[in-house]
Amino acid sequence: MNNKINTFKKFFDICLLMFLLFIGFSNNLLASEPQDEITEPVHATANEHGHSEGGPVDITKVAFEHILDAHSWHFWGEGHDAVSAPLPVILKGSNGIACFMSSEFHHDTQGIIVVEKNGDRFVNFEEKIYYANPTPNEYGQYVTLTAEEKEVSVVNETPLDFSITKNVTQMFISVALLFWLFTSIAKAYKTQGITSAPKGKQSFFEPLIVFVRDDIAKGNIGQSSDKYVPYLLTVFFMILVNNVFGLVPIGANLTGNIAFTLVLSVATLIITNINGNKNYWSHIFFPHAPKAIWPILIPIEIVGIVTKPFALMIRLFANITAGHIIVISLVGLIFVFKTIYIAPVSVAFALFIDVLECLVAILQAYIFTMLTALFIGSAVADHNGDGAHDSDDKAMEAAGH
Amino acid sequence: MNLFILASLIEPAIGLIFWTTITFILLLVLLGKFAWKPILNAIKTREKGIEDALASAERALNDMRELTSNNEKNLAEARAARDILMKEAREMKDAIIAEAKTKSQSEADRIMASAREQIMNEKNAAVAELKNQVATLSIEIAEKILRSELSSDEKQKALVNNLMKDVNLN
Repeated sequence: MNNKINTFKKFFDICLLMFLLFIGFSNNLLASEPQDEITEPVHATANEHGHSEGGPVDITKVAFEHILDAHSWHFWGEGHDAVSAPLPVILKGSNGIACFMSSEFHHDTQGIIVVEKNGDRFVNFEEKIYYANPTPNEYGQYVTLTAEEKEVSVVNETPLDFSITKNVTQMFISVALLFWLFTSIAKAYKTQGITSAPKGKQSFFEPLIVFVRDDIAKGNIGQSSDKYVPYLLTVFFMILVNNVFGLVPIGANLTGNIAFTLVLSVATLIITNINGNKNYWSHIFFPHAPKAIWPILIPIEIVGIVTKPFALMIRLFANITAGHIIVISLVGLIFVFKTIYIAPVSVAFALFIDVLECLVAILQAYIFTMLTALFIGSAVADHNGDGAHDSDDKAMEAAGH
Repeated sequence: MNLFILASLIEPAIGLIFWTTITFILLLVLLGKFAWKPILNAIKTREKGIEDALASAERALNDMRELTSNNEKNLAEARAARDILMKEAREMKDAIIAEAKTKSQSEADRIMASAREQIMNEKNAAVAELKNQVATLSIEIAEKILRSELSSDEKQKALVNNLMKDVNLN
């Protein structure tokens, strides 16, 4: 991958990280300040998907509706005319597990429609399920909202939400696709024999598989790479397929969801550390440095165990989310300026970003897999003298991208 | 800006974590067993096959080369051996011819010499015999002549006269 792209990605990464830190920070501030209970909904215009006739369009809201997870799979349309596929809602409430279809909320995301199961009453507010208040407020909402300078938060308790959401459905579809794809490719080797040239799907995916095996796995892990190839292949194709699904208009944004990237990076964390050899641990607890600075170095090394996969999690999430936000913001310009003449500019830039996103979809799958291999490689490598520092520096440097 | 929505962007949802964990582990196990294992094995087997085929081709080429060079060496050797043999044969032939020539010459010389000697001997014997016979014949003739000359008195007188004549001359 050339430097230009890397620099660009690095820039993006940094921007998004700062952006996210800012969000987290301001949220904490909000939580620490005394909050007044309010009775009027902050979003007077937000009752129907954030836009009412003639009113200003809340692009932020629209953008985040596209990026965030949802309890139904929305295709097109607004409000009560929206065409969407209902998905199962599974909640662990105070009175046991409640299961129902998301269609029971009737497209409501403002906490107005209450669904009652097993004696528990639930409302959907901004695609999050809460226990409903016994009585509605003056806008018909069964949630208690607090606000600090127009920033809303919900006071109500939440049940444990194990719903088959849009992202979960997307994941099931991608898993089914991957399973069908690769078992049929595996079958092709059996039926056509290994000596014949690969055909169709096989000829497209074989170079990718060989690339992951030779360049990513063997290149970063070395001798014992064979053991990790199945994991790396699974991660690579799982991310790649879901990145591509995310680019398709109706597709869900799974790889841009922090829960998904969290699970993948935790898997990397576990695999790296259970395979870490004596050298790996001695490098952490007995670093090659004067004993005087051990009290500083050892905590840094221990934190480093977590920061590497943490960087993986943020990188994938931020890159994918950033791309989607940019595309929808560019399209949103048309509605912000309320003129058709901005459309060519929006479309041109959105096309450019979309093409870039195609590259990013592949690049991020590659980077996640490559860094996972690198971390495993540094954990299983035989550290001989200076080689130890080299590979470690390489890992740290790569993690910084 | 609604920070409430933004917050849900960076808060991992427990449900998605739960389902992702289950699905991912399942995918890892299933793909590992039904896809990656057969695919990777097939690719490895094929690569090994290609490697082996290349190696054996290389070996065959080397064998061929060795064989060719051996053949050439053998041919050159054979040619050299033939040359030596021919040379030896030629020499032997020349030697035999030369020897035969000298031998036959000397034999011929010897035969000629002995023939010459014999001829000489025969000639001498014949000359001696001729001499004897001539002597005998001469004596006989002389005897006969004497006899006829001395058969009558007149003749004896004539002879004596003749002889006397000669003597007078002397």
